[in-house]
Amino acid sequence: MPASPILMQGNEAVAEGAIAAGARFFAGYPITPSTEIAETLSRRMPEVGGSFLQMEDEIASIAAVCGASLAGQKAFTATSGPGFSLMQEMIGFAEMAQIPCVIVDVMRGGPSTGLPTEPSQGDVMQARWGTHGEHSVIALVPSSVYECYTLTVAAFNLAEQYRTPVIVLSDALIGHMREAVTLPEPGSLRIAERGIPDCEPGEYDTVMSDLDNILPRPPLGSAFRVHVTGLVYNRRTDAPETGDPEVAGDLGRYLREKIYHHRDAIARVEEYEMKDAEVAIFAYGSVARSAKAVVKWARARDVPVGLVRPITLWPFPTLAVDRMAEQVRTVIVPEMNLKQMSWEVQAAVSGRAKVVDFGRVDGKLITPTQIEELVRAEFYYHDWSKS
Amino acid sequence: MSALIDEQRIESPPESDYKLPRINPHKTSEIVPWLRTPKTIWCPGCSNGTITRALIDAILGLELDAEKVVIVAGIGCSGRIAQYLEYSTVHAAHGRALAVATGVKVADPSLRVVVAMGDGDCSAIGGNHFIHAARRNIDLTALIFNNSIYGMTGGQMSPTTHTGDKSTTSVHGNVEAAFDLSELAHAAGATFVARGTAWAYRQLVSVIAGGIAHKGFAAVEAMAACPVYYGRFNLTADPAEFLKGQKEHAVPASKFEEGESRLHEQYPVGLLHHGERAEFVTSLARVREEAQEALRG
Ligand SMILES: Cc1ncc(C[n+]2csc(CCOP(=O)(O)OP(=O)(O)O)c2C)c(N)n1
Ligand code: SF4
Ligand SMILES: [Mg+2]
Repeated sequence: MPASPILMQGNEAVAEGAIAAGARFFAGYPITPSTEIAETLSRRMPEVGGSFLQMEDEIASIAAVCGASLAGQKAFTATSGPGFSLMQEMIGFAEMAQIPCVIVDVMRGGPSTGLPTEPSQGDVMQARWGTHGEHSVIALVPSSVYECYTLTVAAFNLAEQYRTPVIVLSDALIGHMREAVTLPEPGSLRIAERGIPDCEPGEYDTVMSDLDNILPRPPLGSAFRVHVTGLVYNRRTDAPETGDPEVAGDLGRYLREKIYHHRDAIARVEEYEMKDAEVAIFAYGSVARSAKAVVKWARARDVPVGLVRPITLWPFPTLAVDRMAEQVRTVIVPEMNLKQMSWEVQAAVSGRAKVVDFGRVDGKLITPTQIEELVRAEFYYHDWSKS
Repeated sequence: MSALIDEQRIESPPESDYKLPRINPHKTSEIVPWLRTPKTIWCPGCSNGTITRALIDAILGLELDAEKVVIVAGIGCSGRIAQYLEYSTVHAAHGRALAVATGVKVADPSLRVVVAMGDGDCSAIGGNHFIHAARRNIDLTALIFNNSIYGMTGGQMSPTTHTGDKSTTSVHGNVEAAFDLSELAHAAGATFVARGTAWAYRQLVSVIAGGIAHKGFAAVEAMAACPVYYGRFNLTADPAEFLKGQKEHAVPASKFEEGESRLHEQYPVGLLHHGERAEFVTSLARVREEAQEALRG
């Protein structure tokens, strides 16, 4: 029997996606506009045999998530702006100690308490560089309720595969929006399981993970008797070693390369009407919805505009941006912040095309009309009066 | 006095039927296999080694399955215990050990989790997690290395530094009042609270073992000597003299006169509070069962 469409909110879809991905531990602290994720899981987690914890703050939430993951469970937390800021130190711990986990940030206007109920895309750089020190991250941006579900599943898979925290960057609009969705059949989902290293406990110390073979860490409370640390450690033995520059350099480079080496495999991009496009709109998350409407509007008037929509924001989808830069003369980057990703696009395009940015930080979605204006300017010679 | 509003709370007076476990210290040859390395960063005369040994003694004495023992530690001189012990260990972030341990215990209730923290780790940066872990009565053992100072960062004042005490950040004498960590734990809802000293080794092993054996949140405060900073600035830089001071000031809980607990005058040691009430992980399991039962209809 094919599944029938159901009406679902973005935040609910995140919660259900996490359960489908095998998450059985959630710890969080209420904050608008992410609270529905916690509320949904307060009911659902016990029903599926999992645990829901409301912690004393967001620092405790991400810390408990790290602990649960180390004990072998798929674990996650969800928050928004101020809470995401509080989590940064422990996200760094998860990076350093290579703890698979998922952090959902439903972006709202900031800084500080900012615009609690309004959407924003102001955390995209914080997702990349929020915690101190050299590191790399994976961040996914859903632009529909359906993607809130599928990308949450993908986030857990990537977390397990690369032994890393993965950030899902939703926003107040996507999180609170209701859409009719037909969820994938549970059996059709690819789910990455944790596994245990295929070796004797005594050998584990000397078995090394390399970039193409990232071994899972055995859970706490096993014969492996692992040591997990936020200090610089020798990545062959997991033993802390802060006095040897070679060990520190090796770990630092490994933590970055672990993601960068695989970035073409990780990066997902939707390219819409790009085949003969002369102008591309580079837009992600909720803004990509307006952008797509503009592409349809332009195409109806025979104007060659396409959309490049990064689904993976980090690692940055360099391949797709390269393709785009070789093809189009202008890239329009509308985003609900002031130039955060547009700088990145500019660096990647590297003079091969003009980059036009458009930012909004008033808590309102960038409308199709606003993007249309930018498109018209690029096709000033087109006879718009005819359409 | 407890700060908890909880109808279920049952307090049993310390000396009723409950007795702390008595454990005979093990031979050094039995202790050594539980250490990953013979080298530590700890200064000569520091109490941290004594407390580490007492923890191993307690784990051995309780005959715990070593594979199921997990040590989660914070950051500080004391936090280094995680990298020295041959169990599953986590050296978490400063102040966050209890929050990490909460996730560990909920995810795998079969684990016996000991959370090693410094006094600053536990009651300054981690103070919020401390009171909430106690309030939840989660089955964890908080082992607090209380040396009344920030050792790791070089002798700054801590929430347990007494009024008037000198430190590198209270050069003119501390103007703040100190926390009594055991009473703080009790007020916040811990169902097992005990204190030992580095001086009285057998008692220290016994209070740690009692904490681990207890089902619920156990706070075990180990009074520690940091002769290098706290001692040198305030009492004595001589480790032996420091421990003799502990011998004079530590009073068995049963003989402790009502009144203020003061570090350099008198403070109670042994079992301080012991009670029973709903334990967090057990309650989560009950909720899980009820929710699944309701689903089945
Ligand atoms: C977020 C953060 N702030 C500050 C520090 C620096 N720091 C490391 S240990 C420590 C205090 C240690 O004192 P205590 O917890 O009493 O442990 P002790 O060293 O005395 O055993 C501080 C402030 C840190 N590591 N992380
Ligand atoms: S500084 Fe103090 S607490 Fe730290 S190792 Fe030295 S004596 Fe021990
Ligand atoms: Mg201290």
